[in-house]
Amino acid sequence: MNPGELQAPVIEWAALSPSLIVFGAAIIGVLIEAFAPRSVRYTAEVVLGALALVSAFAAVVVLASDGHATSEAQVAGMGSLAVDGPALFLQGVILLVGLVGVFLFAERRLEPAAHGAAVDSFAAQPAAVPGGPAEREAVKAGHTTTEIFPLLLFAIGGMLLFPMANDLLVLFIALEVLSLPLYLLCALARRRRLLSQEAALKYFLLGAFASAFLLFGIAMLYGYAGTVSYSGIADVVSGDPASVNPGLAATMGNDALLLIGGAMITMGLLFKVGAVPFHMWTPDVYQGAPTPVTGFMAAATKVAAFGALLRLLYVVLPGLRWDWEPVLWGVAIASMVAGAVIAITQTDVKRLLAYSSIAHAGFILAGVVAVTEDGVSSVLFYLAAYSFVTLGAFAVVTLVRDAGGEATHLSKWAGLGRRSPLLAAVFALFLLAFAGIPLTSGFSGKFAVFRAAADAGAMGLVIVGVLASAVAAFFYVRVIVLMFFSEPKADGPSVVIPSPLTMSVVALAAAVTVVLGVAPQFFLDLASDAGMFVR
Amino acid sequence: MSFPLLTATALTPAIGAIVTAAVPSARRTAAKWIALAFSLATVGFAAAIVLRFDTDAGADRYQLTESRSWIEDFGVRYELGVDGIGVAMIALTAVLIPFLIGAGWNDADPKEDEDEAPASRRWRPTQGFFALILAVEAMVVLSFAATDIFLFYIFFEAMLIPMYFLIGGFGDRAGEQGEEGQARQRSYAAVKFLLYNLVGGLVMLAALIGLYVATADQLEVGTFSLQAILEARGSGELDLATSTERWLFLGFFVAFAIKAPLWPVHTWLPNAMGESTAPVAVLITAVVDKVGTFAMLRFCLGLFPEASEWATPVVITLALVSIIYGALLALGQRDMKRLIAYASISHFGFIVLGIFVMTSQGQGGATLYMINHGIATAALMLVAGFLISRRGSRLISDYGGVQKTAPVLAGTFLIGGLGTLSLPGTGPFISEFLVLVGTFSRYEVAGIIACAGIVLAALYVLVLYQRTMTGPVKPGLEKLPDLRVRELAVVAPLIALLIFLGVYPQPLTDIVNPAVEHTLSDVDQTDPAPHLEEVEAGQ
Repeated sequence: MNPGELQAPVIEWAALSPSLIVFGAAIIGVLIEAFAPRSVRYTAEVVLGALALVSAFAAVVVLASDGHATSEAQVAGMGSLAVDGPALFLQGVILLVGLVGVFLFAERRLEPAAHGAAVDSFAAQPAAVPGGPAEREAVKAGHTTTEIFPLLLFAIGGMLLFPMANDLLVLFIALEVLSLPLYLLCALARRRRLLSQEAALKYFLLGAFASAFLLFGIAMLYGYAGTVSYSGIADVVSGDPASVNPGLAATMGNDALLLIGGAMITMGLLFKVGAVPFHMWTPDVYQGAPTPVTGFMAAATKVAAFGALLRLLYVVLPGLRWDWEPVLWGVAIASMVAGAVIAITQTDVKRLLAYSSIAHAGFILAGVVAVTEDGVSSVLFYLAAYSFVTLGAFAVVTLVRDAGGEATHLSKWAGLGRRSPLLAAVFALFLLAFAGIPLTSGFSGKFAVFRAAADAGAMGLVIVGVLASAVAAFFYVRVIVLMFFSEPKADGPSVVIPSPLTMSVVALAAAVTVVLGVAPQFFLDLASDAGMFVR
Repeated sequence: MSFPLLTATALTPAIGAIVTAAVPSARRTAAKWIALAFSLATVGFAAAIVLRFDTDAGADRYQLTESRSWIEDFGVRYELGVDGIGVAMIALTAVLIPFLIGAGWNDADPKEDEDEAPASRRWRPTQGFFALILAVEAMVVLSFAATDIFLFYIFFEAMLIPMYFLIGGFGDRAGEQGEEGQARQRSYAAVKFLLYNLVGGLVMLAALIGLYVATADQLEVGTFSLQAILEARGSGELDLATSTERWLFLGFFVAFAIKAPLWPVHTWLPNAMGESTAPVAVLITAVVDKVGTFAMLRFCLGLFPEASEWATPVVITLALVSIIYGALLALGQRDMKRLIAYASISHFGFIVLGIFVMTSQGQGGATLYMINHGIATAALMLVAGFLISRRGSRLISDYGGVQKTAPVLAGTFLIGGLGTLSLPGTGPFISEFLVLVGTFSRYEVAGIIACAGIVLAALYVLVLYQRTMTGPVKPGLEKLPDLRVRELAVVAPLIALLIFLGVYPQPLTDIVNPAVEHTLSDVDQTDPAPHLEEVEAGQ
């Protein structure tokens, strides 16, 4: 091919339809914000978002049933996107989580109606100074921020691309597309706006650092391999380059570039995953962000980022296995131990769940380290199980309220089991699933991951994981004790009766938790069918 | 395929739990009767199991088997089957639960002031109490019946959760620390119970994964099926490396030792039994803990025979320490329920000793002991619970001369106590005697030390009786009511059973003995030949 000659790109529209639908809907959402009257925006956005996600999910199912997950797996979009088992499985999970996320975002019965208009958990006018006159006016006028829905759709679109990314530039673009809307969403809490803005700023700054690392790593890998395509790099790593770029002859094949570049990219991804030592942002952001956003972010970002990490390690860097495996061992152990131990001292539900998510990142990494097909499918299953438990838990957090908004301090949860036994029982179910008690999805996931790790000879990780689970069980149980065995306080929070939106989220999450615990076979099959990456 | 009797036995209380939990809050009494009905139906199924079980020498080892695929990806099947030991344990569980429900009839009623409070309208402790007991029963039955190790593990772990709520959520009405202090103590006990057992369970999980990996290595497909593993080992297909086997044994044994509980991981038991209501305390010690000793017999010895033999000296030492230590601490207790808890630790020492001396008398005795200890402790503990509910105190020093005001109560208490100290004529005597005979034939010193446990048992039981029941009537006890009809209906059958099994244990030993022979052959052990030389020389 001559450098001057332009080749029309070949795009497999059908294979890429899930993300295209979501991006299209996101753009329409922006247009609605621009042109539709204020009164219809909420309804239009919610319906649009739900429809888009449902049809994208349908597209994923159709693709998977056409064999795109197995025999028909392909590299689409001029080699930049992979449509294969892991990608489709994770896209399915992300879309379901996103759909549930739309429901949580759309909930308008939790906050007391302000000036005659039902309001959601998001700021009336985010650009206004907290507590300033502009904000008071916006609240008085009953404004709501319906921009959250297009933002959410853009984030979901980015997440759909992230595990598909088959070259480093698309990886970076997907990362930015999913991150930027999340930074914004984090800043939009209606209550405790300063905390929310602080969280967003922290997330943004640290996220920018991580992106910079990732980008620098990409540059180095390009210097090493002369290409940003995954398979191209893998070929160079295995000493079998397709062609040598004359401009890069001096650096190509330089192992220092490969090692440093690979480490920097991995670092960028581990940041998104929230693994120790790149976890510092997690507790602050989880606490400050509006709870629906936290729930969505905690579930979906982790799914997407682990997908991207798996593809990077399994497709690009398997030749470096001996180099990255010990590092990830260390990261996994540090995450499990630090997450579980630090969580013990937390007094805020959202921070507690944040540290628990760090520990879970460690458990999932144990499956990643296995580097077998079993390892991939166990991680996929774990992600599906974990994301629904997380969503459910945060959905419950949005319901426990007192005069100051959500009552997230643990001491306020005392005796909740006596005031509303059903809600407390459901939350206890989620906590038990986090703790990995049998007959919940958490146990199936943990067993799958640990078994894959043990099969691959990482018994040490399994033992650390088991011990960390025991520590983690302590603080989950502590919350249960508080809810059921402590006397309720007189001025304790009350449980708001939500609209069917949140109700359905909690019910769905509880159902998934039980089904994946009692009869996981079907979903394990799905995950193990999806265990192969396309090259 | 024949009627899935084992599943039905487990499913009945499980359904009962759901139905009971769904009863509206105003219909408390209905909930109690429903729970009782379901527990009695379970007894019916358990009786059918006993009748259908073939005790002939040539009969299959595991009978009434069921096998369905469950989680193929994990190599887990829904496999049930019982040998004689399992039948006996399921029967014990099924028989005890209706008595516990009867004994706890009013234990979980809301206090008068709570009844009116609107906040508590949806808080239904009574329904919850009985539903949780039935849930525990279902899980215990399944763990006695599971021949898939993973399946066993699931219920072994899952039963902790309802147990935990039973301990933490329900306690004796009043006490010396007041309402708040007692709630704190109770949740401490519940958390301690859960954490100890959870840690044990998680260690077992690691060993379970290790076992799977080992079988997958050698048998092409990983399996958790007890029968498949036993067969593969018998045919030499599966041959675990010595160090692997020992590590796996340790992983399993630690979990079971915590559950059993064996010294030095016993400390959760006195807290848990002391703080919970009497029926729950019985549920812990007589039913749930038996899963631990049962699993030692079925899994530790069956799966890891060489490692079991390797560990025998240590385990026997721990068992002896448990016997003596438990008895001594029982002597020193001021709290009646904690005394019974320490007595149980001493008895669990006997059971573990019997299991690990690897003789047929020892293991047969240990199995009988599991049954008899369950019945004797139930009788003693439930009567103690009735006494405590009358006075509102667990302290021994608050009682005295009860036999003058409540003679029936004192009499049943005495019989329960005599059963606990293994008086000849009560069931525990036979089992304890068998354990000691089995021990003597192989480890004489251990046998001698264990005998000291009997003496101490007589001491702590009789001293307890003397202090609480005899002597002058303590102030405040003058009008102590005697056992009510309901209470008598609970205690009398238990005492009858205690004496029946003491006089005529034949039906029980017929069921248990073939299974014990099988277990012994698993570990390649035969009873040591009796020493006849001296006898002949004397003739």
